[in-house]
Amino acid sequence: MKADPGLYSYWPYRNRPKITWPGGKKLAFWVAPNIEFYELNPPNNPFRKAWPRPYPDIVSYSYRDFGNRVGHWRLMDLMDEFSIRGSVSLSVAMCQHHPEIIEACAERGWEFFSHGIYNTRYCYGMDEAQERAIIEDAIETVIQATGQQIRGYLAPALTHTERTMDLLAEYGIWYTCDLFQDDQPQPIKVKTGRLISMPYSLEINDHYAYNVYGQSPAQYTSILKRQFDTLLREGEESGTVMCIPLHAYLVGRAHRIDPFREALEYITSHRDDVWITTAAEIAEYYYDHYYDAAAEQLLSRVGEE
Amino acid sequence: MSLPSEYLEYPKRRHGMDHDLYPWSNMFDRPPVKWPGDKPIALWITVALEFFPLTPNDGPFRAPGHMATPYPDLRTYTTKDYGNRVGVYRIMRVLDKLGLKATAPVNAAVARRYPPLIEAVNEAGWEIIGHGVDMNSLHYGGLAEDIERAYIAETLSTLREVSGQPVRGWLSPARSESENTPRLLAEAGVDYLCDWVNDDMPYDMSTPAGRITAMPHTYELEDRHVITVLGQLEELWSEQVLDAARRLRREAEKYGGRVLHLSLTPYVIGQPFRIAILEHLLEALVAEGGIWSATGGEIHSAWRDQVG
Repeated sequence: MKADPGLYSYWPYRNRPKITWPGGKKLAFWVAPNIEFYELNPPNNPFRKAWPRPYPDIVSYSYRDFGNRVGHWRLMDLMDEFSIRGSVSLSVAMCQHHPEIIEACAERGWEFFSHGIYNTRYCYGMDEAQERAIIEDAIETVIQATGQQIRGYLAPALTHTERTMDLLAEYGIWYTCDLFQDDQPQPIKVKTGRLISMPYSLEINDHYAYNVYGQSPAQYTSILKRQFDTLLREGEESGTVMCIPLHAYLVGRAHRIDPFREALEYITSHRDDVWITTAAEIAEYYYDHYYDAAAEQLLSRVGEE
Repeated sequence: MSLPSEYLEYPKRRHGMDHDLYPWSNMFDRPPVKWPGDKPIALWITVALEFFPLTPNDGPFRAPGHMATPYPDLRTYTTKDYGNRVGVYRIMRVLDKLGLKATAPVNAAVARRYPPLIEAVNEAGWEIIGHGVDMNSLHYGGLAEDIERAYIAETLSTLREVSGQPVRGWLSPARSESENTPRLLAEAGVDYLCDWVNDDMPYDMSTPAGRITAMPHTYELEDRHVITVLGQLEELWSEQVLDAARRLRREAEKYGGRVLHLSLTPYVIGQPFRIAILEHLLEALVAEGGIWSATGGEIHSAWRDQVG
């Protein structure tokens, strides 16, 4: 085990090479619906229990199942209203369980990236071959279901190993959503190839807002607006990224979806300054214009590791 | 270090669910239902009446709300008792004033111990449904089938005897079920259960003993959850219930009648400083219109008549 994961060097949030998003936009905005399948009776992982109660833990299970029966359709309608394409953090077994949802997203031009096979299968304890197998499974499953090559990764239930980032780069994945060290994309140190971290967010994740911090829907909207205001202001100096990570089983409840609508209405009313896009498009633009300069500054830094 | 190979095997990776209890279904694809008077919202208020013994019986977990300190936890015991002695009567007064009905999930122990409370529930015109023997008698995976069957039989027979009501519905203590619960309830002739939180409308489950309906009995808008678990102000709770009603009213125009479930907890919302918030909330709900106040049994019957 290492005291520092060794994935990036310290890089102060000032005097960095300036980022400008396409069309002179200051903020790249993306929405990440987590479309997940949680199993009622997953095999045991020695490092993490799937459910607090003994099988069948029907409350925990059905709480999440709500997203696929009800919440998803409310959230997708809302995103249609504001012409926002989702970048889906996908439990890829959804392609088998509920292809109806995958097809609806694909028709809308949404992006899919891997969030593991199921959100009840964790990477803790996997050997290299096993971790490779779940990455290969995700790539293959999403191509077969949608024709899309996955470009991004968010580890299932945010469970990692020391080799996760190296493997992602080796498989040609462009970006990881697993790291929370910054509000701008940046190069990650990997053994071979290239990888960038894509700003996702735990702090403005609906799960943290509603269930960890216990915020009401109106408070969550207010937080999202403040997050947006700050990142847009700072984006004049150098382009920033804002992601809203969502779970339809949370934000798609009847008492939450309309207050959340106000946040999207507010953000999309700034289209002149905001690039409303997908994570893969942000990553592609970053690689084409900024990766090399950033890598030169960042990957050559010495010191703390 | 590696995981057993079965950790990367997915025997239930197939279309639909990973179990056989109910099929997957998109709520917005179902045929619309119509509530009596063509009201967009069936307002389903539930008020659970529970007995938490001073001696918690530790199975795999303790029911939420159960004793928290070393024995004797008089503070928790008497706080829960406050709900059955005082709080519930405040709720009754508010509902009665506004002409609203409720369903009461009742522990058999409450019916045995507090017959006057059951009389009051009957007088108020509330429906009684099964809520297990008491808050110690949890249904959970690993509980022997004959014990669980006996819990269900004791609950139903006690409640029927004391209340004279048919007792057609069921809420498990702590919403906890074993793998057998839906089947054993269907076997006992129960029409609907209230433990699952995956839908905003009723839907059918199928068991080897016949079908049983899962009613949309959520906890996200429950007073106890929002106020005491999430720690939000009462005003924020009330605002969320009204937001839900507005949303469901709008959805109903396109997709047919919806159910707004509101779970009230006597020892939470029945406190003097909270009860006025409930009254104002329910007044506002009624004033905004389109409400059919109904018991779970009435909602279930109206739904069943249309879906077949």
